[in-house]
Amino acid sequence: MTRPDAIVIGAGHNGLVCAAYLARAGLDVLVLEANDAAGGMAAARPLGDGYRVPGLPQCVAPLGRAIRSELELERHGYAPGRPVETIVLDPGSAHLAIGQDRVAGDGLAQADAAAWPGFRRQYLAFAEALRPLIENPPPRLKNLPRGDRMTFAKLGWKLRVGLGREAMYEFLRVVGMNIYDVLNDTFDDERLKAAIAIDAVLGSAMGPRTPGTVLTWLQRLYGELDGAATIHSGNRLVEALTRAVEAAGGRLRCSAPVARILVEDGKASGVQLEDGETIGSGLVVSNVDPRRTFASLVGAPRLDTLFANRVTQIRGKGVVAKLHLALDGLPEFRGLGAAALGNRLLVAPSMRDIERAFNHCKYGECSPEPVLEITLPSIHDPSLAPDGHHVLSVSAAFMPYDLDGGWEAGREAAARAVLARLAQFAPGLEARIVAREFLSPADIEAGYGAVQGHWHHGELSLHQSFMLRPLYGAARYATPVDGLFLCGAGCHPGGGLTGLPGRNAARRILDTGGRP
Amino acid sequence: MSGRDYDAIVIGAGHNGLTNAAFLAKAGLRVLVVEKNEYIGGATVSRELYDGWKYSNCSYVCSLFRPEIYNALDLGRHGLKVVPLTASMTFTQDGDYFGSYSEPNVRRRELMRHSPRDADAAVRFDADVMRWCRLIRGFLLRTPPDPGSLKPRDIFEFAYLLKKFHELSETQICEFIRFFTMSIAEYLENYFENETILAHYSGGSIIGTGLGVYSPGTAYVLLHHAMGDVDGNVGAWGFARGGMGAVSGAIASSFRALGGEIRTGADVEQILVAGRRATGVRLASGEEIRSGIVVSNLDARRTFTRIMDADDVPPALLERARKFKIRGSSGKLNIALDGMPTFPALPGGSPLTLGHMHFTDTLRRLERAYDDWKDDRWSADPYCDFLVPSQYDPTLAPPGKHMATVFVQYCPVEPEGGWTDEKRAAFGQTVIDQVAEYSPDFRDLILHAEIRTPRELEDEVGLTEGNIFQGELTFDQLLFNRPFPGYAQYRGPVRGMYMCGSSTHPGGGVMGAPGANAAREILRDLRRPDTTPAEYPDD
Amino acid sequence: MNIAREHFRQPLGRTPFHERMVALTTSEHWATWNGYKVPRIVDKLSIEYFAVRSGCAVMDLTPMEKYRIEGRDARAYLDRLVVRDLAKLRPGRVTYVAWCNDEGKLIDDGTLFQLDESRYRLCSQHHQLDWLLMSARGFDVGITVETHDVAALAVQGPTSYSVLSEAGIACLGDLKPFDVTRSDCAGIPLTVSRTGYTGDLGYELWMEPGDAEAVWDAIFAVRGRYDVHAMGLNALEMVRIEAGFVMPGFDFNTAEATVRNDHDRSPYEVGLGWVVNLDKGHFCGRKALAAEKARPPRRRLTKLVVDGNRPVGEAFVYAGRNGKQVGEVRCTTWSPILKANLALADIEFINGKLPEPLWARFDYQRELKWHTAWAECHAQSKPFYVPAHRSLTPPARY
Repeated sequence: MTRPDAIVIGAGHNGLVCAAYLARAGLDVLVLEANDAAGGMAAARPLGDGYRVPGLPQCVAPLGRAIRSELELERHGYAPGRPVETIVLDPGSAHLAIGQDRVAGDGLAQADAAAWPGFRRQYLAFAEALRPLIENPPPRLKNLPRGDRMTFAKLGWKLRVGLGREAMYEFLRVVGMNIYDVLNDTFDDERLKAAIAIDAVLGSAMGPRTPGTVLTWLQRLYGELDGAATIHSGNRLVEALTRAVEAAGGRLRCSAPVARILVEDGKASGVQLEDGETIGSGLVVSNVDPRRTFASLVGAPRLDTLFANRVTQIRGKGVVAKLHLALDGLPEFRGLGAAALGNRLLVAPSMRDIERAFNHCKYGECSPEPVLEITLPSIHDPSLAPDGHHVLSVSAAFMPYDLDGGWEAGREAAARAVLARLAQFAPGLEARIVAREFLSPADIEAGYGAVQGHWHHGELSLHQSFMLRPLYGAARYATPVDGLFLCGAGCHPGGGLTGLPGRNAARRILDTGGRP
Repeated sequence: MSGRDYDAIVIGAGHNGLTNAAFLAKAGLRVLVVEKNEYIGGATVSRELYDGWKYSNCSYVCSLFRPEIYNALDLGRHGLKVVPLTASMTFTQDGDYFGSYSEPNVRRRELMRHSPRDADAAVRFDADVMRWCRLIRGFLLRTPPDPGSLKPRDIFEFAYLLKKFHELSETQICEFIRFFTMSIAEYLENYFENETILAHYSGGSIIGTGLGVYSPGTAYVLLHHAMGDVDGNVGAWGFARGGMGAVSGAIASSFRALGGEIRTGADVEQILVAGRRATGVRLASGEEIRSGIVVSNLDARRTFTRIMDADDVPPALLERARKFKIRGSSGKLNIALDGMPTFPALPGGSPLTLGHMHFTDTLRRLERAYDDWKDDRWSADPYCDFLVPSQYDPTLAPPGKHMATVFVQYCPVEPEGGWTDEKRAAFGQTVIDQVAEYSPDFRDLILHAEIRTPRELEDEVGLTEGNIFQGELTFDQLLFNRPFPGYAQYRGPVRGMYMCGSSTHPGGGVMGAPGANAAREILRDLRRPDTTPAEYPDD
Repeated sequence: MNIAREHFRQPLGRTPFHERMVALTTSEHWATWNGYKVPRIVDKLSIEYFAVRSGCAVMDLTPMEKYRIEGRDARAYLDRLVVRDLAKLRPGRVTYVAWCNDEGKLIDDGTLFQLDESRYRLCSQHHQLDWLLMSARGFDVGITVETHDVAALAVQGPTSYSVLSEAGIACLGDLKPFDVTRSDCAGIPLTVSRTGYTGDLGYELWMEPGDAEAVWDAIFAVRGRYDVHAMGLNALEMVRIEAGFVMPGFDFNTAEATVRNDHDRSPYEVGLGWVVNLDKGHFCGRKALAAEKARPPRRRLTKLVVDGNRPVGEAFVYAGRNGKQVGEVRCTTWSPILKANLALADIEFINGKLPEPLWARFDYQRELKWHTAWAECHAQSKPFYVPAHRSLTPPARY
C-alpha cells in the first residue's frame, strides 16, 4: 500500500467532505473508517429482518450550496429531499403545523400566526449575518493574520450594514439570551414556542431557559438558509460523498479502526490500526471526537499539561436516546391524517415541559415524560422497509449518558417510557411493532465513538463556540501536534449535517500546506 | 409657572440617585432629589422595624462601593465606616463545615483539611480571578461605547476596550471569554474537586440572579461579588457601621453639604416633556417641579413604562423596556435575636460566625433550589447567606442581643396563585428551619422576623419584580447592552432626561458607579467640568 | 494528613525541630515559610553566615514542599514534566530540575531524588500538587504530598562532613555531590543527600518527624568540638545569592500565580537555559521553548557585581549612567566573603544582546535622609562564589 499524502480518520460526513476537498486539491487521501460502512451517524443501519433506519439524524437541512456545487454532489447522486413541516402533537388532537412561512392549528391566536413568518425571517437574517464567522476558520484574537481581519471586517459589515442599526441592536440584545425569554416575549402559543425551543435544545444538555440557546437556534437556522429542512432518509448523502471522494482519487478503507495517532518529535507521522498495522503519513486529519482524538488516539503524555487538561474540560454529555421501530404498516396518530405522517412530529407540549424534562438529566435521571421528535423515513424512502411496512424513528430527550445505576439496568425502563409517551398519541402503535432498537447515549458512544454519546462531539454552548471550539489551542483545525488536524463536528462551526467543519478544515489545511 | 425651579431633578434617593445628585451639585448645579418614601436610601437602607433593632432590610453588605467615589464625595468625613468582614463558611450535612478564613495560612490549611489538591489549585484560581477582576474594574467608571455609533468618542471607547483586552495574551483572552460565558459550577470544576468547596465558592454567583449554578453566564457574576475591595483587600466584603443606611446617609450628607436638597414623600407621577425636551416632573400630589435635567434612579422598565408618557418614548424603546429581564429571585429575612445562636459544628471561639454562613454543601442542592424557582416556587432547600452583623456593630441591636440578616436564593416573583401573607410566612419558615438544622437554639432566640419576598421589594422600594440589581445580570444585559443596546450611555429618549440606576452599566450592587457615570454624561452635555472621579490606576 | 477543625487557633504550623529552634533563638525574629513558623535570624546574622562559609550551619528544611512520585510510569511522567534530560538520573542520584507550563514559562524548580527504581522525591519551593496531578493524566503514577511526613535538615559548610561523621552518620565519605543514600544516625534510620542551597559543601538529612529531635541532638552534641550554628532564612538568602541560585517567586514570578501578561519568565530568561534539553523527546512547554530559543533573547536574569559598598536594595538598572532604563534588581546582598555588592537583575536585552555598560540607580538612607546614587554594574556569567572544597570527595576532614 502506498504511503498516502493524508489520512482522514473517520468516514462520517465531515471526514468525507474534508477528504473530498483534499483529494480534489491533488492529495492522495486515505479515509479510515472503524465501522464496516462509511457515513458515521448519518449512515443507514439495519433493523430487524429486512428493515433499515437512516441513522441518528432525523430532520435536517440539506448540505450548503457551496459544498454541493464545489464537490459536484448532484452529479454524484445527491438531491435535497422535499421540505417538510413540523407538527406539534397535542394530547387533545389540536395539533399545530409549522412551516417556513405559515403556522396553522386549532386554537392558534391570529397574532401568533401573523408574527411567525416575520420572526423567522428576522432570525434567518441574524443567521445570515453570522456567515463570515461560520464559513471561515475561527479568527485569532490577537496578532490577527490578514484573512482573520477580513473575517471580522465582513462580520462587522454584515451586522452594521447588512442588518441595519436597529436590527443590529436587536441582534446584540438577543444573541446571548435564552430562547425561552425571546419566545415568551414574542408568542403566546405554547405549542409554537415549544417547537422552536426544541430546535434550539435538541441534542444539547440545555433547556429552553439555558442562556445561549438563541445561538444554538441560529446555528440550526443557518442550515436552512440554503434550503428547508427535510426528513433524513436513505443513504444518498453518504453515497454521494463517498463517490465524490473516490472520483477525486481518494481511497476509503472500512473496518479499519485506528488505535493510535503516531507522533514523532512533535509531528504526526501516521496511524496505527487496532490490529497493529501502521500507515505512515505526515498529514493526519481526525474526524473523531476531539476528546477521543487527544485523550486516546494521541494520548495526554504527548501533549502539554494545560492543553491536555483543557481537553478533559470539554463538555458534551449526550442526553438524547434513539428509538427505532420496524412496523408492519403505517401507524395511526390521533387526529392526524396519513398524508401528514411524512412530516416531523414533536411531542413537546410546552417550553415548561421541555425545561422540566431537562431538569432530570442534570441529576442522572431520565425524564419520566420525555420530549420526542418522531419521523417516518420510510415514507420518503420506501426501500427502508418491505412493501407496506414502515420504520419509525424517535429522538427522545432527556436521557443522560451518566444515568444513575447505568444504562444496562436502565435501558428497558427508558424505552418503555418512550413507548408509553408515543402510545398517548398513537394508541395502536405497539401492536404494529415488528422489531425495535433502543440506543442510549452509551450505545451511541459505543457505536459511533462519540464521547458520552454526544451528537455534536461537544456541547454547542457559548463557551465552546467559535474560537473556543473544541478548545483553545485547536480551534483553528490545527492542533499542537504538527501535521494533525481536526475536521469533525467537535470543531467550529459544530454539529449537524452541514459538512462545514470538514470544508473549513480542508481549506485551512490547504492554505497552510499542512502546517499549523 | 415659567423658568426652572432647579437645574436638575433626580428621581429616587437610592444610593445611585444620591451619588449622581452629589456629583451634579459638586459641579455647581442646583439639584433636587425626590423620593417617594418618607425615608431615603432606596434599597440601601436601615430601618427600625422592631424596637431597638436596626435592620438593613435590603442590601446588607458593602464590597463593591467604588473607593474613588468614596473619596471624591468625602464620605469618611460624612460618617461612613466600612469594617471588613473576615470570613465565610459552609456547613456540611455530615456535621462538619468548610471555612474560608481571612488569615492566609489558616485559609490554606482549611482547604487542605478538605482537599490538599484544592489547596494548591487555589493559587491558580486566585491569580485567574484577580486577572479578570483587573480587566473588568477598568470598565466600571466608564461609559460603554455604542456599537451603532461612529462618533469619535465611541470609537475611542471601543479602542480602550480593545486595548484592555490586548493587555492579555491570546490564551488569556480565550480563557476570559470562557469565564464570561461559563457556568460557575463548571468554571470552578476547572480548579477544585471537593464538593463542599465547589458549593461554597459557587454560592456568590447565583445571588440575585435568575440562573442556577449550572447556567452559562454565572461564572461572571462571581466577579460582581469578588471585584469589590475594602482598603485594597480585593474581594473583601464589609459592614457599614450603622447598617447600609449609613452608606446612603453619608452620601446624602455629602450631597446636602454641596447645597443639594432632598424631598421625601414626593412620589413622581410623570416626567414632563415638551418639544422633545425634559422640562420637569409632576408629583402624585399634582405639584409640578421644573428643571431642564431629569435623572431617573428607577429601574429601566419602571422609568419608561410608568413615569414617562408613552408618546415621549419611541416604540422600539418601549418594546425593549417591556422585554427587559428583571425577574426577582431573592428573599430576605431580618431577624431580631435574644442572643447569639450557637452552632454545634463550630469549635468554640471560631471566627467563622463573624462572616457569611451557608448551609448548602453540594452543587446539586444549589441547582435543585433553582429548579424550584423556575417552576414559580420558593426553594424547598434554599441557598441562604446568613450573617450576624451585630457582632461587629453594637448600634444594630440592644446590648447582649443580636440581629441576623438572611439573604435567600431563590424566591419567586409570584408563586402560583400569587403571594399571600400565609405563603410569605411559610417561605420564612423554610429558611428558619434550614438555619435551625445547624443551630438548635436559633428558633427559640427569635424575637421578631421581617420576611421579605420580591413582592415587598417591589412595593416598598419600587424595584420592579423585586430584582435587586434593577435588571438581571446576564451577559445579554451587560456593558453596551445595559439596559438596552443604543441606550447604554445613560441618556434617555428625550433631551435632558437621563438614567442613573443599577439598570445601567455597570449594574447592581452598592457600587455607586452608575450614578457617577450618569453624572459624567450629564455634565458633558452641559459642558460643565467633570466632577466625577476617574478609576484609580490598576497596573 | 489529619488536620483538626481547631487548626485556626494556631495560624502557623510548627516543624518537629521547632522546640529545639526556640531553645536556641535569641533574636525572636520569625518568618512564615509555607505555613510554618521558622527563624529569619536565630541568633546573629553574621555568625550564621560565617557558619556556612567557614564552619557548619544547620537549617530546618521541613517546610520545603516534598512529593513522593512512584509507579510504573514514574520516569516517563517526570520526563514529560521537567525540561531537563533525566537520562543520567539513576537510583541514588539527585538532579536539579525545572518545569514549565505549555507556554514555556517556569512553574517552579526543585531537586529530584531517585530513591529506587520507580520511586522519586521531588522537592520544591511552592505548592505543586495541583500542577503535578494535572500533569499526571495518561500516566500510571502515584503522587503524594509528604511535606508534613518527612522532617528535613540542611547541614552546610566546610566542616559539615566532619560534624556529621562525628555525630555518627557513616559512609558519608563516598557520597559525591548529588548522591543520595540510606544511612543512620546513632541507630536512627535516615536518608542523606549531598545537596544544598548554599553553594558550599553540605548535606541534607531526611527523617521521620518522630526522630527529628534525636537527630538534631546528635548533631548539636558535637558542638564542643566543632562550631555548629542553627541558621535562619536571612543567612540563607545571602549565601544562595553568592552561589547564584535563583529563588522562584522572588527572582521571577511562577507562571501559575502570575496575574499580568508577560510577567512570568521562561528558563532561558532566568538563566536556566542550561537545564533545558530540547532533544530529549516531548515535555511540557517544549514547542514554546524551541520557538523561544530560535528567537534572539529578550531579557535575562543577570548576575551583577555592583561597584561600591552602599546597600543596593530596590534599584533600576540602566544602559549607561543616565541611559535607558533596561531592568530591575530582583535580589541583592552584601557578600562578606567577597566584600562586594551582589545582585540578580532582570535585564531587557537590546537587539538580542545584554546592554553595556550597566549602571544601577538606587536610593539609600543616612540618618533618615534619602540619597540617590549611581553605581556601575559588572555582569558575571559564573556564580559569584564557588569554593573548591565544595565538590571534593571525600571532603576534607577537620
